[in-house]
Amino acid sequence: MKRIEAVIVGGGPAGMAAALSARQNGLENILILEREEELGGILNQCIHTGFGLHTFGEELTGPEYAARYVEKIEKEKIPFYTGTTVLEIQSEEQSKLKTVTAVNRIQGVFQLQADTVILAMGCRERPRGALNIPGFRPAGIYSAGTAQRLVNREGYLPGREIVILGSGDIGLIMARRMTLEGARVKAVAERLPHPGGLMRNVVQCLEDYDIPLKLNCTVAEIHGRERIEGVTLVQVDGENRPVPGTEEFISCDTLLLSVGLIPENELTAAMGAAMNEKTGGPMVSETLETSVPGVFACGNVLHVHELVDHVSREAEEAGRFAAEWVKKR
Amino acid sequence: MGKEKMRKKEFICIVCPNGCKLTAEVSEESGGSSVNVTGYSCKRGKEYGQTEAVHPVRSVTSTVRVTGGDHPLVPVKTVKEVPKEKIFECMEAIRALSVAAPVHIGQILIRNIAGTGIDLAATGNVKQVQ
Repeated sequence: MKRIEAVIVGGGPAGMAAALSARQNGLENILILEREEELGGILNQCIHTGFGLHTFGEELTGPEYAARYVEKIEKEKIPFYTGTTVLEIQSEEQSKLKTVTAVNRIQGVFQLQADTVILAMGCRERPRGALNIPGFRPAGIYSAGTAQRLVNREGYLPGREIVILGSGDIGLIMARRMTLEGARVKAVAERLPHPGGLMRNVVQCLEDYDIPLKLNCTVAEIHGRERIEGVTLVQVDGENRPVPGTEEFISCDTLLLSVGLIPENELTAAMGAAMNEKTGGPMVSETLETSVPGVFACGNVLHVHELVDHVSREAEEAGRFAAEWVKKR
Repeated sequence: MGKEKMRKKEFICIVCPNGCKLTAEVSEESGGSSVNVTGYSCKRGKEYGQTEAVHPVRSVTSTVRVTGGDHPLVPVKTVKEVPKEKIFECMEAIRALSVAAPVHIGQILIRNIAGTGIDLAATGNVKQVQ
């Protein structure tokens, strides 16, 4: 079995910054495992600006931010396998060595032995199933991030008449993006009395394009059997109960959900690491070490961050702590 | 003691996630050249307030079709902000464009987009595939 000092699970902003930091702190033998076909993670589909003010002192788009790190990874000759999904991480009680099982098209299922593992898998979106909206399951309902991928990476516009449920940043960004591509965003409904995303995004993504933001409002019903035909919006009171008589039908062919992100921790939990119910991520020490010795976590897999710059900074810490851990062995 | 005619505008700064509440007072006699901004907490915020009060500008980010590449699209941005009222004209130019791979980050794809004097640049790389 191939022995690696630090295996990094995920080649997004957290994984790349952790790998670079581990290298700077003395680890030679590092490997990044990335599920997608290239490094960069979610940044590759975040084509809007707003990244890197802290890290680089200038405002970059997501792909530009990612490219700067990819360049460094290549310069440092840090190896990475793309198209590679990690299936399992096991920790040997006595030796504290980790066995990482992964699969890709070239090697099939394979195993690596690692001194330390840095978890950098990021997060995923809360799906419709988590929301308990009654109705059929017609086509035309997407999470905002899925729509973002379709529009920005694959070149498909998911629909022409859009309602967005939830006012997270991705939903706000997509309201603008779809408007620019010729769709009509009829409303953004937010259950809470305040928007979920940043105020700057409410201003530059909704107000700039006269897209109504309906606060204290949610989707009560989804209409349509084959394809979504519309939604019924309803006002909610402070206790999150629908207020009778406030129902409003809005026709649409697409409903986007921007209702929160969940750290992606199946691997972490299966490894037996103690989890934090509040963040959805693993419990970590002040050195970002999980309850499994020598396994570190950083970025959105640990807790959902507002800014990628914060992810990068945290991941640098994790990389350094992981390197120190290996040297102490 | 003729009091200067002032136009007061309030808006939220969009240059960073802090979202400062800005107030801008534009002296009408100056034709919009004299703007007094308060509420900002950085230099960029002050500049944003001065521009926003008189003539709002925005960066445009989108994607351009690519032929013969490992991706069907390349992300793009206007290298500087363009006047807000020109956004949709920029989008028309972006939608009409198709470029051949390879495309490199920073490569200028449209000069002087929609007559704004601003260029459109690629923000990603697309490799050529045979």
